[in-house]
Amino acid sequence: MNRNRRVALKSAGLSSMLVAGFATGLLRPADALAIEWNQDAFHAKNVADALQKLGAQNPVDSGDITIKAPDIAENGAVVPIDITSDIPGTERITVLIDKNPFPYVGSFDFTKGALPYVHVRVKMGESSNVRVIATANGKHYQAVKEVKVTIGGCGG
Amino acid sequence: MANPMKIRAKLEGDVANVRVLMSHPMETGQRKNAAGELVPMHFIKDIRAELNGKPVFEAAISQAVSRNPVFAFKVKGAKAGDKLSITWEDNRGDKRTDTVELGGA
Repeated sequence: MNRNRRVALKSAGLSSMLVAGFATGLLRPADALAIEWNQDAFHAKNVADALQKLGAQNPVDSGDITIKAPDIAENGAVVPIDITSDIPGTERITVLIDKNPFPYVGSFDFTKGALPYVHVRVKMGESSNVRVIATANGKHYQAVKEVKVTIGGCGG
Repeated sequence: MANPMKIRAKLEGDVANVRVLMSHPMETGQRKNAAGELVPMHFIKDIRAELNGKPVFEAAISQAVSRNPVFAFKVKGAKAGDKLSITWEDNRGDKRTDTVELGGA
Protein backbone atom coordinates (compact mmCIF):
# COMPACT_ATOMS: atom_id res chain seq x y z
CA MET A 1 0.00 0.00 0.00
CA ASN A 2 2.58 2.41 1.16
CA ARG A 3 4.74 1.63 -1.78
CA ASN A 4 1.96 2.28 -4.27
CA ARG A 5 1.37 5.60 -2.69
CA ARG A 6 5.04 6.44 -3.07
CA VAL A 7 4.99 5.58 -6.76
CA ALA A 8 1.86 7.64 -7.26
CA LEU A 9 3.42 10.62 -5.51
CA LYS A 10 6.57 10.29 -7.55
CA SER A 11 4.77 10.26 -10.89
CA ALA A 12 2.55 13.13 -9.79
CA GLY A 13 5.69 15.08 -8.97
CA LEU A 14 7.19 14.31 -12.34
CA SER A 15 4.18 15.36 -14.33
CA SER A 16 3.85 18.61 -12.44
CA MET A 17 7.51 19.27 -13.21
CA LEU A 18 6.78 18.67 -16.88
CA VAL A 19 3.88 21.06 -16.75
CA ALA A 20 6.07 23.67 -15.12
CA GLY A 21 8.67 23.11 -17.83
CA PHE A 22 6.15 23.72 -20.56
CA ALA A 23 4.84 26.78 -18.83
CA THR A 24 8.22 28.41 -18.45
CA GLY A 25 10.05 27.11 -21.49
CA LEU A 26 7.79 26.58 -24.43
CA LEU A 27 4.62 28.48 -23.94
CA ARG A 28 5.45 31.69 -22.19
CA PRO A 29 2.34 33.85 -22.47
CA ALA A 30 4.40 36.67 -24.02
CA ASP A 31 5.15 34.62 -27.11
CA ALA A 32 2.42 32.02 -27.24
CA LEU A 33 2.33 30.25 -30.57
CA ALA A 34 -0.47 31.13 -32.95
CA ILE A 35 -0.46 27.54 -34.16
CA GLU A 36 -0.88 24.62 -31.87
CA TRP A 37 0.68 21.28 -32.91
CA ASN A 38 -2.62 19.45 -33.34
CA GLN A 39 -1.72 15.88 -32.45
CA ASP A 40 -5.17 14.44 -33.24
CA ALA A 41 -5.12 15.94 -36.72
CA PHE A 42 -1.54 14.87 -37.40
CA HIS A 43 -2.39 11.31 -36.37
CA ALA A 44 -5.55 11.11 -38.51
CA LYS A 45 -5.32 8.49 -41.22
CA ASN A 46 -7.72 9.94 -43.75
CA VAL A 47 -8.59 13.40 -45.03
CA ALA A 48 -12.12 13.55 -43.64
CA ASP A 49 -10.89 12.69 -40.17
CA ALA A 50 -7.99 15.17 -40.36
CA LEU A 51 -10.29 17.98 -41.52
CA GLN A 52 -12.71 17.20 -38.72
CA LYS A 53 -9.90 17.30 -36.12
CA LEU A 54 -8.77 20.59 -37.61
CA GLY A 55 -12.32 21.96 -37.37
CA ALA A 56 -12.32 22.53 -41.14
CA GLN A 57 -15.04 20.19 -42.37
CA ASN A 58 -16.74 20.93 -45.69
CA PRO A 59 -14.44 23.64 -47.00
CA VAL A 60 -15.78 25.68 -49.93
CA ASP A 61 -14.02 25.20 -53.29
CA SER A 62 -12.19 28.35 -54.27
CA GLY A 63 -10.46 29.54 -57.42
CA ASP A 64 -8.47 32.07 -55.43
CA ILE A 65 -6.00 29.54 -54.08
CA THR A 66 -3.08 28.83 -56.42
CA ILE A 67 -1.20 25.56 -56.03
CA LYS A 68 1.99 25.31 -58.06
CA ALA A 69 3.24 21.73 -58.06
CA PRO A 70 4.59 19.39 -60.73
CA ASP A 71 1.99 17.31 -62.66
CA ILE A 72 4.39 14.40 -62.45
CA ALA A 73 6.91 14.14 -59.61
CA GLU A 74 9.92 12.01 -60.45
CA ASN A 75 10.77 11.52 -56.81
CA GLY A 76 8.07 11.33 -54.14
CA ALA A 77 10.61 12.11 -51.43
CA VAL A 78 10.80 15.74 -52.52
CA VAL A 79 7.75 17.30 -54.15
CA PRO A 80 8.01 21.10 -54.25
CA ILE A 81 4.75 22.99 -53.74
CA ASP A 82 4.14 26.75 -53.95
CA ILE A 83 0.89 27.98 -52.48
CA THR A 84 -0.61 31.46 -52.76
CA SER A 85 -3.99 32.53 -51.45
CA ASP A 86 -5.69 35.58 -52.95
CA ILE A 87 -8.60 35.28 -50.53
CA PRO A 88 -8.70 38.52 -48.55
CA GLY A 89 -7.80 38.08 -44.90
CA THR A 90 -6.17 34.67 -45.28
CA GLU A 91 -4.89 33.73 -41.85
CA ARG A 92 -3.73 30.21 -42.39
CA ILE A 93 -2.83 27.75 -45.11
CA THR A 94 -3.09 24.02 -44.40
CA VAL A 95 -1.66 21.28 -46.61
CA LEU A 96 -2.90 17.70 -46.88
CA ILE A 97 -1.80 14.86 -49.16
CA ASP A 98 -4.93 12.72 -49.58
CA LYS A 99 -3.23 9.34 -49.99
CA ASN A 100 -0.34 9.67 -47.55
CA PRO A 101 -0.53 7.36 -44.50
CA PHE A 102 -1.07 10.52 -42.42
CA PRO A 103 -2.56 13.10 -44.80
CA TYR A 104 -2.09 16.27 -42.69
CA VAL A 105 1.29 17.77 -43.58
CA GLY A 106 1.10 21.05 -41.73
CA SER A 107 -0.31 24.53 -41.31
CA PHE A 108 1.24 27.92 -41.90
CA ASP A 109 0.08 31.02 -40.06
CA PHE A 110 0.27 34.49 -41.58
CA THR A 111 -1.72 36.58 -39.12
CA LYS A 112 1.23 38.43 -37.68
CA GLY A 113 2.71 40.04 -40.76
CA ALA A 114 3.48 37.52 -43.50
CA LEU A 115 1.85 37.46 -46.93
CA PRO A 116 -0.32 34.37 -47.60
CA TYR A 117 2.33 32.53 -49.60
CA VAL A 118 4.41 29.52 -48.72
CA HIS A 119 6.81 27.15 -50.44
CA VAL A 120 7.18 23.71 -48.92
CA ARG A 121 8.66 20.38 -50.06
CA VAL A 122 6.76 17.27 -49.08
CA LYS A 123 7.00 13.51 -49.26
CA MET A 124 4.33 11.64 -51.21
CA GLY A 125 3.89 7.90 -50.90
CA GLU A 126 1.99 7.58 -54.18
CA SER A 127 0.11 9.61 -56.76
CA SER A 128 -2.43 11.71 -54.89
CA ASN A 129 -4.36 14.92 -54.67
CA VAL A 130 -2.59 17.74 -52.91
CA ARG A 131 -5.28 19.52 -50.91
CA VAL A 132 -4.84 23.07 -49.67
CA ILE A 133 -7.18 24.67 -47.16
CA ALA A 134 -7.06 28.43 -46.72
CA THR A 135 -8.68 29.86 -43.63
CA ALA A 136 -9.94 33.45 -43.78
CA ASN A 137 -12.23 35.17 -41.28
CA GLY A 138 -13.06 31.82 -39.71
CA LYS A 139 -14.17 30.28 -43.03
CA HIS A 140 -12.39 27.44 -44.81
CA TYR A 141 -11.73 27.34 -48.55
CA GLN A 142 -10.03 24.61 -50.53
CA ALA A 143 -8.24 23.88 -53.76
CA VAL A 144 -6.94 20.54 -55.02
CA LYS A 145 -4.23 19.57 -57.47
CA GLU A 146 -3.33 16.08 -58.57
CA VAL A 147 0.34 15.08 -58.54
CA LYS A 148 1.46 11.80 -60.10
CA VAL A 149 4.40 10.19 -58.37
CA THR A 150 6.84 7.88 -60.16
CA ILE A 151 8.80 6.69 -57.13
CA GLY A 152 7.15 6.95 -53.70
CA GLY A 153 8.93 8.77 -50.91
CA CYS A 154 7.58 7.35 -47.68
CA GLY A 155 9.24 3.99 -47.18
CA GLY A 156 12.72 3.48 -48.53
CA MET B 1 23.72 20.42 -31.90
CA ALA B 2 22.12 20.68 -35.28
CA ASN B 3 23.82 22.35 -38.21
CA PRO B 4 23.04 26.00 -38.91
CA MET B 5 20.21 26.94 -41.24
CA LYS B 6 20.88 28.66 -44.51
CA ILE B 7 18.68 31.73 -44.64
CA ARG B 8 18.41 33.98 -47.67
CA ALA B 9 16.28 37.08 -47.42
CA LYS B 10 15.84 39.53 -50.26
CA LEU B 11 14.02 42.82 -49.91
CA GLU B 12 11.52 43.83 -52.56
CA GLY B 13 10.06 47.12 -51.44
CA ASP B 14 8.90 46.46 -47.88
CA VAL B 15 8.48 42.72 -48.43
CA ALA B 16 11.25 40.32 -47.46
CA ASN B 17 11.34 37.20 -49.61
CA VAL B 18 12.72 34.61 -47.24
CA ARG B 19 14.05 31.20 -48.18
CA VAL B 20 15.40 28.88 -45.51
CA LEU B 21 17.11 25.50 -45.63
CA MET B 22 17.13 23.51 -42.41
CA SER B 23 19.42 20.59 -41.83
CA HIS B 24 17.30 17.78 -40.42
CA PRO B 25 16.73 14.06 -41.20
CA MET B 26 12.88 14.29 -40.97
CA GLU B 27 12.53 10.56 -40.28
CA THR B 28 8.97 9.32 -40.82
CA GLY B 29 9.21 6.30 -38.54
CA GLN B 30 8.43 4.10 -41.55
CA ARG B 31 11.90 3.79 -43.09
CA LYS B 32 14.09 0.81 -42.29
CA ASN B 33 17.86 1.00 -41.89
CA ALA B 34 20.36 -1.39 -43.48
CA ALA B 35 19.79 -3.88 -40.64
CA GLY B 36 16.06 -3.91 -41.36
CA GLU B 37 15.11 -2.04 -38.18
CA LEU B 38 12.62 0.79 -38.27
CA VAL B 39 14.29 4.17 -37.84
CA PRO B 40 12.39 6.05 -35.13
CA MET B 41 10.48 9.23 -35.98
CA HIS B 42 12.59 12.35 -35.81
CA PHE B 43 11.15 15.47 -37.34
CA ILE B 44 10.75 19.21 -36.95
CA LYS B 45 7.35 20.10 -35.47
CA ASP B 46 7.31 23.84 -35.00
CA ILE B 47 8.81 26.71 -36.91
CA ARG B 48 8.67 30.38 -36.09
CA ALA B 49 10.11 33.43 -37.79
CA GLU B 50 10.57 36.74 -36.00
CA LEU B 51 11.30 40.17 -37.40
CA ASN B 52 13.19 42.24 -34.83
CA GLY B 53 11.96 39.88 -32.11
CA LYS B 54 8.29 40.06 -33.16
CA PRO B 55 6.73 36.82 -34.50
CA VAL B 56 5.68 37.13 -38.16
CA PHE B 57 5.29 33.57 -39.48
CA GLU B 58 4.59 30.26 -37.81
CA ALA B 59 4.21 26.68 -38.92
CA ALA B 60 3.25 23.35 -37.40
CA ILE B 61 4.43 20.49 -39.59
CA SER B 62 4.63 16.70 -39.70
CA GLN B 63 7.17 14.09 -40.75
CA ALA B 64 5.75 14.34 -44.29
CA VAL B 65 7.91 17.38 -44.97
CA SER B 66 10.99 16.37 -46.97
CA ARG B 67 14.42 15.78 -45.46
CA ASN B 68 16.48 18.94 -45.03
CA PRO B 69 13.32 21.06 -45.26
CA VAL B 70 13.19 24.13 -47.47
CA PHE B 71 10.58 26.81 -46.89
CA ALA B 72 9.93 30.13 -48.53
CA PHE B 73 7.64 32.84 -47.22
CA LYS B 74 7.14 36.60 -47.48
CA VAL B 75 7.28 39.05 -44.60
CA LYS B 76 5.54 42.42 -44.87
CA GLY B 77 6.83 45.66 -43.38
CA ALA B 78 10.52 44.79 -43.52
CA LYS B 79 13.41 47.16 -44.19
CA ALA B 80 17.19 47.03 -44.54
CA GLY B 81 18.93 46.45 -41.24
CA ASP B 82 16.01 44.50 -39.73
CA LYS B 83 16.92 41.27 -38.01
CA LEU B 84 15.11 38.15 -39.14
CA SER B 85 15.45 35.09 -36.96
CA ILE B 86 14.06 31.62 -37.54
CA THR B 87 13.63 28.93 -34.89
CA TRP B 88 12.70 25.30 -35.28
CA GLU B 89 11.98 22.69 -32.65
CA ASP B 90 11.76 18.95 -33.29
CA ASN B 91 9.90 16.06 -31.64
CA ARG B 92 12.88 15.33 -29.41
CA GLY B 93 12.97 18.87 -28.06
CA ASP B 94 16.05 19.90 -30.03
CA LYS B 95 15.96 23.53 -31.10
CA ARG B 96 17.92 25.81 -33.30
CA THR B 97 17.70 29.54 -33.98
CA ASP B 98 19.57 31.44 -36.68
CA THR B 99 19.43 35.15 -37.45
CA VAL B 100 20.25 37.24 -40.51
CA GLU B 101 20.26 40.96 -41.08
CA LEU B 102 18.25 42.13 -44.07
CA GLY B 103 20.45 43.77 -46.70
CA GLY B 104 19.86 46.96 -48.67
CA ALA B 105 17.19 46.94 -51.38
